[in-house]
Amino acid sequence: MHFPPDHFRTTAPPRRITGSEMIWDACVTEGVSLLFGHPGGAILPAYDALAIYEAEGLLHHVLVRHEQCAAHMADGYARATGEVGVCVATSGPGATNLVTGIATAQMDSVPIVCITGQVPSPMLGTDAFQEADIVGVTQPVCKHNYLVTDVADLPMVMKEAFYIAREGRPGPVLVDVCKDVQIAEGEFRYDMEVKLPGFDPYPASWQDALVDAADLINAAEAPLIMAGHGIHLAGVSDVLLRIVEKAEIPVVTTLLGTGNITETHPLSLGMGGMHGEAYANEAVQACDVLIALGMRFDDRITGRLDRFAKQASVVHFELDKAEVGKNVQPDVAVVGDLAETLPALEPFIHPNTHAEWLASLTDRKLSSAGKDILTFELDELVPPFVMRQIWSETTNLRDPSDVLVATDVGQHQMWESQYFVHERAGQLLTSGGLGTMGYGLPAAMGAQMAWPDKLVWAIVGDGGFQMTMQELATIQQEKLPVKIAIINNGFLGMVRQWQQLFHDKRYVGTPVLSPDYVMLAAAYGIPACKVEEPGQVAEAVRAANTTDGPYLIDFQVKEEVNVYPMVAPGAAVDELIRRPHIVQDHGGVVPSF
Amino acid sequence: MKHILAAWMRDRPGVLNRVTGLLSRRNFNIDSLQVSASEEPGISRMTFEVSGDDRTLEQVRSQLIKLVDVTRVESFAQEAIVKRELALVRVAVGPDERRQVLDLIQVFEATVEDISRTDMLIQIVGREEKIDSLIGLLRDYHLLEMVRTGPVAIVRSAVANVESEPALEPARDTWQGGGV
Repeated sequence: MHFPPDHFRTTAPPRRITGSEMIWDACVTEGVSLLFGHPGGAILPAYDALAIYEAEGLLHHVLVRHEQCAAHMADGYARATGEVGVCVATSGPGATNLVTGIATAQMDSVPIVCITGQVPSPMLGTDAFQEADIVGVTQPVCKHNYLVTDVADLPMVMKEAFYIAREGRPGPVLVDVCKDVQIAEGEFRYDMEVKLPGFDPYPASWQDALVDAADLINAAEAPLIMAGHGIHLAGVSDVLLRIVEKAEIPVVTTLLGTGNITETHPLSLGMGGMHGEAYANEAVQACDVLIALGMRFDDRITGRLDRFAKQASVVHFELDKAEVGKNVQPDVAVVGDLAETLPALEPFIHPNTHAEWLASLTDRKLSSAGKDILTFELDELVPPFVMRQIWSETTNLRDPSDVLVATDVGQHQMWESQYFVHERAGQLLTSGGLGTMGYGLPAAMGAQMAWPDKLVWAIVGDGGFQMTMQELATIQQEKLPVKIAIINNGFLGMVRQWQQLFHDKRYVGTPVLSPDYVMLAAAYGIPACKVEEPGQVAEAVRAANTTDGPYLIDFQVKEEVNVYPMVAPGAAVDELIRRPHIVQDHGGVVPSF
Repeated sequence: MKHILAAWMRDRPGVLNRVTGLLSRRNFNIDSLQVSASEEPGISRMTFEVSGDDRTLEQVRSQLIKLVDVTRVESFAQEAIVKRELALVRVAVGPDERRQVLDLIQVFEATVEDISRTDMLIQIVGREEKIDSLIGLLRDYHLLEMVRTGPVAIVRSAVANVESEPALEPARDTWQGGGV
């Protein structure tokens, strides 16, 4: 069977097809080419219909080994492309397995559409085999969701699902399709207009506030920009750079904002917050106007709220009105799409130099007190050194713009953010909001599927990797050249660090036994090596980067190394726990060990 | 401080769930909640009271309007609205005490909806405080069963509403749609 040439245009004439075909026709028309999923009874008709689309090269289905990873791969794909990622699962356990991935995407504003099979509509509510109320289950963790019990509703539901996922602040949308609906025939058209009176993705009345914002910024003597994920989502890092250089405003980023401005830029202070550099956090506590761009004042960036930037006037540019005043009450709020508001702000910003302010920041930056991140010993294999080596070896070989990194959650995630030199927004894929262990590997795979020619590194800990390492099979099945670095310290490192600092070193539940990862990789047919000495790092990374296909490195790093500096939970951002030798040299909060 | 809000929403399966789920997971303190049809077919109107400061109120509004099925949210200043509640109360009243209770009911402009040898079913409509006081008095007898609708509210006039809204930054005029 061949599809007629204009079959997948939105203007194609209405046709009578099955619900299953509607799902895939809608996906293809929306520009989808990859599906991450796992079949099962209630989604079987849709899988059956998929055969033709696969044969025609229109859709490619990636079989995952656990549905959580289907959602993470769709998420990784979406973050790496800015387009909607799609995952597919069956009813009941297939659908509930998606939940962690959906919640991850929701917290980080990632557009994915999840298609799940559901028991036939006459059996709904009967506790049928593999029945779960997935619409009820996912309601709190997705942007919107649908249960489809009538094939006549399916075309509009699919169109709305993609629209809602993509427009405004992006997020996950779940479409639960009863099995009988997949089988039933109905009329399919895709030229209808989405009419959602309750969904206004782009608030438009920000013009007045913009002038007030510009006035505050222009009058500032010590302005500071805090740039978040919204900059990347709106694709305005170039505008940000122009504003930053025009008015000489230094920039701190959030974790998901890393790379919004090239970290080698003289006005970049890197990441702020719980594990940001001391000088970045001190800048937040010293500025007179804090310009928050596309971020939501997460507790990891603010520390103790009632002592966060109290001296500063706050200007908040944000698309989602509900984020304005949620944690920090701004003096001026510009509620709108940053793709509109930031370019509109640019002409209002006067050229400026903040020589005194910048000099004080440079002093902080140059003094050893500010060098928590940049200091590490070389006599043992420590994770910061591994991170730096991966980055430098990889960018020696490939243009940094061709390199993507996905991380899990924990110490290695923070070391990655500290020691990699992010050059552009979107280079780092990480679960910032939900903090999902096991995210790194599948996210890297989704990104690699999107960009087969880019060099994609999954940097994971030995704890998180063991949560989703079954996907090594998917890597082989799909022949994905993902490079995997396991920062293997035998602990759930970040939890252990908290136990060390706040629970008198009682390491309850944190020592982790690992398999022999080299043997494990070999079982999947993936080349791998073990690194135990600092001198072996560069060679191993080179081997990984030059191997045609996947490669795994087990970095057996020193066990008890902490991420510094650290803002203890509940502390203000300038109350940092410093690296011990820095405490001796320069004073500061002494860690409790 | 108590605020009274109205939300309009598309009458879709599960929409009540979406709204109450949001309110509970965002940890908002809801004192009462009432759902009914609105003047527009296919649109339900929910009236509820929420406790908290102005920032809480603003958060409730901003989060609610983000729900795709919620088409409009308004908050009302207490003095600008007509707020009413209905209660049905069954009291154990024998023939001896009947006269006393009927006197009470008359004062409160309540009505007797059903009567038997042993009990009386009373309906009262009015402001919360009025209902509270009648129920308080009826507790002197044996109060068998009670159900209250929770308050519903409607604004006296649009002009009065806007004027009585406290000026807040950002402007808190009536929202139509909106949200991401």
